[in-house]
Amino acid sequence: MLQIIKRFVHKIFRDIFRTRKVLKVGFYGPPNGGKTTLANRICKDWLGEEMGSVSNVAHETREITIKENVSIRSQGKELIFNFVDTPGIATKIDYEDFLKHGFTVRDAKERAKEATKGVIDSITWLDTMDVVLVVLDATINPYSQVNITIIGNLQAREIPVLIVANKIDLKRADVNKIKAAFPQYDVVGISAKHGNNVDEFYEALFVLAG
Amino acid sequence: MSSMKHCLYWQGEFMLTLQFIPFTEIESLSSDERIEKLLSIVRENKIALVEGTLHKEESAALIKKTMENINQEFRGIEFAVIYPEQNDDAMFKRLRLKLINVLLGNRRGLTIIGPASVVKEIKQDPHKIDLYTTSHEQKSRKVLKQKHNSSSKR
Repeated sequence: MLQIIKRFVHKIFRDIFRTRKVLKVGFYGPPNGGKTTLANRICKDWLGEEMGSVSNVAHETREITIKENVSIRSQGKELIFNFVDTPGIATKIDYEDFLKHGFTVRDAKERAKEATKGVIDSITWLDTMDVVLVVLDATINPYSQVNITIIGNLQAREIPVLIVANKIDLKRADVNKIKAAFPQYDVVGISAKHGNNVDEFYEALFVLAG
Repeated sequence: MSSMKHCLYWQGEFMLTLQFIPFTEIESLSSDERIEKLLSIVRENKIALVEGTLHKEESAALIKKTMENINQEFRGIEFAVIYPEQNDDAMFKRLRLKLINVLLGNRRGLTIIGPASVVKEIKQDPHKIDLYTTSHEQKSRKVLKQKHNSSSKR
């Protein structure tokens, strides 16, 4: 109850004093959840161009990428967003994991070094976000400490969150498990790769931003 | 020394050290000092069992600090924080627990932190924790095999 009142007061104050019209939206989550794929989907839908490269190899995104002034229309409303794609947050990075994907030892070490810096940058940028999309792979157990830490820190900073359960096109996907893990948040299931349920995602984004 | 050490033997050859850190040992430390202390234990290839929970901000700071420390020997951590009050839905109960936390600190719950070279994965569930370990021998065999495969491709 206290939490609901607190959120309501926070929202009222935010709406009264908000002078900016552009919302900064961060894509957060563990590696390989589909953050960049979702960012690409949005940018393709509304700008006709992609935001970053995607890969099956973890830590493909190792630098913060920003796409500014993306105008999105949904249900007769239009909002402008600055999208910030962040490197996946992990608690361990082993350069030997990259060797499996054919990297040379030198390249693997370099990639691991860049990935560690990327994780630090992601956490540092958390404070600057207006709203955050936490992108989780719906085929993976959501009860991980990385997920709990990301969502807990957003809650502590009172940053509005939408959880995106990605990869619902895969058989093992279980959106309900994510809903059960984080019952106090809105969860929308999508396939960023194939575009399943993207309209519902945009509606949820507008509710979050509104 | 107020902390207790427990040693377990697995298949007669792989030793795992669990170091228990009582809340009293870290309560007077600042967040930075607390994280540094826990990481120093983990860097010695021990699993730290900490009485109490880290603050949410401390968990994020722990990940950041871990990333700063990663090198060829230290590959990171696996950790899990168990918050016992999560299951208590009653408002009065939650208020009571918050009051206990204010008075006594975050001594309820448990934090487990292990080096990634030893702890392969910690699977959390609302009701249990599964901790999977990696045998050094297995790991070095696996890496050698990968190196062999990549060199034979060339």
